[in-house]
Amino acid sequence: MILEIKDLHTYYGASHILQSVDLVLDQGELVCLLGRNGVGKSTTLKSIIGLVPPRKGSVLFNGIQLAGLDPYRIARLGVGFVPEERRIFKGLTVLENLQIGIKKAHSQTDREPWNAETIFEMFTKLGERSLQKGGHLSGGEQQMLTVARTLMGNPELILVDEPTEGLAPLVADSVLKMLGTISDSGVTILMVEQNYKAALKLARGFYIMSKGQMVFHGTGEELVAAEKIRQKYLEV
Amino acid sequence: MSDIAIFFLHGLAYAGLLFLVSSGLTLVFGMMSVLNFAHASFYMLGAYFAYWLLQITGNFWLALLISPLMLLVIGALVERFLLRKVHVLGHVHELLLTFGLAYIIDEAVKLIWGTNPHAIIISGFLAHTVNIMGVTYPVYRLFVFGVSMALGLFMWLILFKTRIGIIVRAAVEDSPMVGSLGINVPLVFMGVFSVGAALSGLAGVTAGPLLSVDPGMAGAILVDAFVVIVVGGMGSLGGAVLASFIIGELQSFGVLLFPDFSLALIYMLMAVVLVIRPEGLFGEKQ
Repeated sequence: MILEIKDLHTYYGASHILQSVDLVLDQGELVCLLGRNGVGKSTTLKSIIGLVPPRKGSVLFNGIQLAGLDPYRIARLGVGFVPEERRIFKGLTVLENLQIGIKKAHSQTDREPWNAETIFEMFTKLGERSLQKGGHLSGGEQQMLTVARTLMGNPELILVDEPTEGLAPLVADSVLKMLGTISDSGVTILMVEQNYKAALKLARGFYIMSKGQMVFHGTGEELVAAEKIRQKYLEV
Repeated sequence: MSDIAIFFLHGLAYAGLLFLVSSGLTLVFGMMSVLNFAHASFYMLGAYFAYWLLQITGNFWLALLISPLMLLVIGALVERFLLRKVHVLGHVHELLLTFGLAYIIDEAVKLIWGTNPHAIIISGFLAHTVNIMGVTYPVYRLFVFGVSMALGLFMWLILFKTRIGIIVRAAVEDSPMVGSLGINVPLVFMGVFSVGAALSGLAGVTAGPLLSVDPGMAGAILVDAFVVIVVGGMGSLGGAVLASFIIGELQSFGVLLFPDFSLALIYMLMAVVLVIRPEGLFGEKQ
């Protein structure tokens, strides 16, 4: 078990967003977090990385308590965060965006560490445009850059928030395929996604959230079989 | 012709001071979204510290070195023990804190050094004049411009050629994101805040022999520095360079050409810029 969340409560001011969230991730898994808008999916990711600190509950990462730590400390422990809306640094070049992501090498894995060269081998488009400003990239390229930027820190776990949002279907497919490749290299991924059908090809485990709580946890086959749950919590 | 040259050089010297003060102000604003009202008070403290150090040591170069270092320490303490404590309460509280701090520094200066203006007397080659473009011109004003040029270049190298610079520029755009990539953003804030205070202090020392050292000098430059960062674009260092130059020259030639309303000129410029380009010359659209 790489991540174990128990009875997590998070607030935005007075509103109680996460109301006792439980979630478990195994090493190397790619798990997808589903649910309608505003049920707390993004808040779950932000609570893990510490951007919205939880008020109560426990987040254990490799046995280390993350709740209460600053985001930079959590990131240094080996957690990567790929936010919604592709928050790349628009005024910085592609290469500079990647350099921000460098952390002291995380020695607990046997994987070949990522660096600018290996990144540019995998993301050839980024390599071609390494000296261009991040703001000049297309939406898909910006999404690749946010993922690549996080990889530069050699995380063990990556939290990805709606990676295909606002992308053309073909581009969205290639982004998901890339996440699959990263997952195959041994990195654990927790991904928030609206489109469960696209995620079925990719993810092994699925969680569904509603009103700040988990209402379903199962495999892809179980999700496909659970028609009532899908109707109630996913389909419009 | 020689008048124009002299006023142009005057403008350059003032532009240099403005840049030293406003560069720290604009970077701190870009990163922390805090408009630091005490920033000009750091500039004034720099000048008073230099005056005091000069009385003790009699060495201007020593004052030029030590006074900014004192401001570096003060800046670090202010960020660590005051600003960081109120950060969780929001920007209005941070703004009020710097406002109060400006009052405290201004009153402390009056208590310690009185309300009378003091002069920083320079000697040696800095006190000489040179012949330039056919006019006799004081070396010291060229020195002021040279110091700010050298520092501007140094800052450019740091910001655009080092990893620290990349981090600072990224934090100006989106500091929470920088934090979630594993960078200790509070430490970066403290660094930028204290270096900003030191630069402001350096501007104060160099302004000392040019202007007089008095309790009104903070207020005098604060308004101009705010105009610089608004015109240049909040958070933009390139904007601060250009706007410092424009406002320095506008001040200088304003006195020559329109002595009756020279003070109004920079406000007119700011109004025009805000109407045409509300985000400032180099600013990002919100």
